[in-house]
Amino acid sequence: MKTTSKSILALVASAALLAAGTAVADGAPAPAPAEPPLNLHAIVMFVIFVAITLGITYWAAKRTKTAADFYAAGRGITGLQNGMAIAGDYMSAASFLGIAALVYMNGFYGLIYSVGWLVGWPIILFLIAERLRNLGKFTYADVASFRLQQGPVRTMAAIGSLIVVIWYLIGQAVGAGQLLHTLVPQISYQISIVIVGGLIIIYVTFGGMKATTWVQIIKAGLLLGGATLMALGVMSHEGFSFEKLFADAVAAHPKHIQIMQSVVPIGAKANPIESISLGLTLMFGTAGLPHILMRFFTVTDAKAARKSVLYGTCFIGYFYILTFIIGFGAIVLVANNPEYVADLSKSVLALKGGGSMPAVYLSHAIGGDFFLGFIAAVAFATILAVVSGLTLAGASALSHDIYASVIKKGKSTEAEEVWVSKLCVVGLGIIAILLGIAFEKQNVAYIVALTFSIAACANFPILVLSVFWRGLTTRGAVAGGYVGIFGSIGLLIIGPTVWTKVMGMGPAIFPYDFPTFFVLPAVLIVAYVVSVTDKSASGQAERDAFEAQEIRSETGLGAEMAATH
Amino acid sequence: MSKLSASRILSNPAYRRLIKQRDTLAWTLTICVLVLYFGFVLMVAFAPQILTQPISDTSVIPLGMLVGVGVILASIVLTGIYVNQANNRFDPIIEEIMRDATK
Repeated sequence: MKTTSKSILALVASAALLAAGTAVADGAPAPAPAEPPLNLHAIVMFVIFVAITLGITYWAAKRTKTAADFYAAGRGITGLQNGMAIAGDYMSAASFLGIAALVYMNGFYGLIYSVGWLVGWPIILFLIAERLRNLGKFTYADVASFRLQQGPVRTMAAIGSLIVVIWYLIGQAVGAGQLLHTLVPQISYQISIVIVGGLIIIYVTFGGMKATTWVQIIKAGLLLGGATLMALGVMSHEGFSFEKLFADAVAAHPKHIQIMQSVVPIGAKANPIESISLGLTLMFGTAGLPHILMRFFTVTDAKAARKSVLYGTCFIGYFYILTFIIGFGAIVLVANNPEYVADLSKSVLALKGGGSMPAVYLSHAIGGDFFLGFIAAVAFATILAVVSGLTLAGASALSHDIYASVIKKGKSTEAEEVWVSKLCVVGLGIIAILLGIAFEKQNVAYIVALTFSIAACANFPILVLSVFWRGLTTRGAVAGGYVGIFGSIGLLIIGPTVWTKVMGMGPAIFPYDFPTFFVLPAVLIVAYVVSVTDKSASGQAERDAFEAQEIRSETGLGAEMAATH
Repeated sequence: MSKLSASRILSNPAYRRLIKQRDTLAWTLTICVLVLYFGFVLMVAFAPQILTQPISDTSVIPLGMLVGVGVILASIVLTGIYVNQANNRFDPIIEEIMRDATK
């Protein structure tokens, strides 16, 4: 880790950026030694992980025959397995490196993100999980359009899904390219992204949801294990005293006690509306992410769907508490350390390699080159697992919703649909590679806000309304959904991150980074008003179909069965 | 789903009772999570001084840290309560309703 010329993980840095509202010092290529040493530990561990996951893909490919196998792992995943896979799907590098980096820069403030990213899970359990399993087949659009017109509702849901998936993919691809290139400088940024894209295409086209699920399970185990070791390393350094850890952090951080007393990024002005909007976005965005919702079609029944959320929530909650310890540990062990800090005379916090490095350097401070290699491989595995889930979710929106239901009106065979799906996986993989390369030097700080806002303002409310509110009609769902999608995008474009920082157009027209506070109520009002004023016969038929939907949603009568093989 | 079993389910008073009970539980717990979380968020927004005061004179740990971790732990506990109730109390009733409907 002698040379670090770029920021790792633009997405992650972006979470910090977004929140901090200040530029993270990175980007300027540091003078690199001519021959950087080969990071053998990291390479060996990457290779072992890739070999194991390719073996699993081979195993899964032989067991993937039907569409239910491909999209939903034959609906044979147990509650515990799905809980691990949920954790593996959800705990992205943004939450691992990103929250640690937020805490490292801002202290207590990082906890607001940890809490917000966890509290969506109980909501998913109480309102969505088992109903998704009972009503849906492969995509959340199955559920949203259950008693509504397939064409318009699925098109809207697929557009929402694809925007979320593609932007999430860009963030992950850029992050993967920079991570691999930073840790193994012999591999260029472009080659790194091609490796990631290629692996994903292999996992998903051959192994489908079965391979994706097991990649996510293994990754979750590695990440939880790695984070536990790091937190233990920090706590053993601090004599297992939280009081000492926090006191040492206050002493080591240049802002001292402020890191315990600021509920906004240090230096930013308090902004109640923004705080509330952030809270809404994190909570309801979680409950509307297409790749997360898709996991509920993989379990055997509603009971397993519920259990999987409980397990998943435990793993994720535990992990977020660990990232908090890791962030404070980095203040104590990484800040002020000339081995990691770019220029001590300027800042004792700004690290070589950019804003998302604290957790990576902490692993070196605790366990040397070997542990650094391990954590780097874990971060890489994390990105692969998240990208696999995203790619499959995007491909299913294209093939199951758009191709099979909208274009072919349900008349295509399962084999055709899966074939189209695999083509879409290859297409999305290539798009991720190209966009990942194109976005290398771009400021992608708006990605978290964009993806979570659309999920919170379009996917989540329409899903909940269609399941719980008899009155929702196709017109209401479509109108509300598009207000959510385009309202979010529009306000983000004229907001501070994109308008001012990315496009350099001067002061923002819309003063908040997170539009959910305004868009979500608008979506609910539009969906309500358009539905109740819908006097069409089809609208009435949709209301009448609610009772049959409710029986299936509540009891699972008629739900898709688990495959027997 | 056959029309016959659907109409039998609808005419079974146990079905309506079950939906009502389970939805009441689900929405009550949802409101609990919303109150806990937005209680925290509103304190962040409007009364940060409550969250930032140290838990004792000798400590640097702010009260908000305990509140935040508390919200995470409470979320997990509420999740556990729902799963326990749904799997152990409501599922057997559903199975019975389904048996009656498909007899």
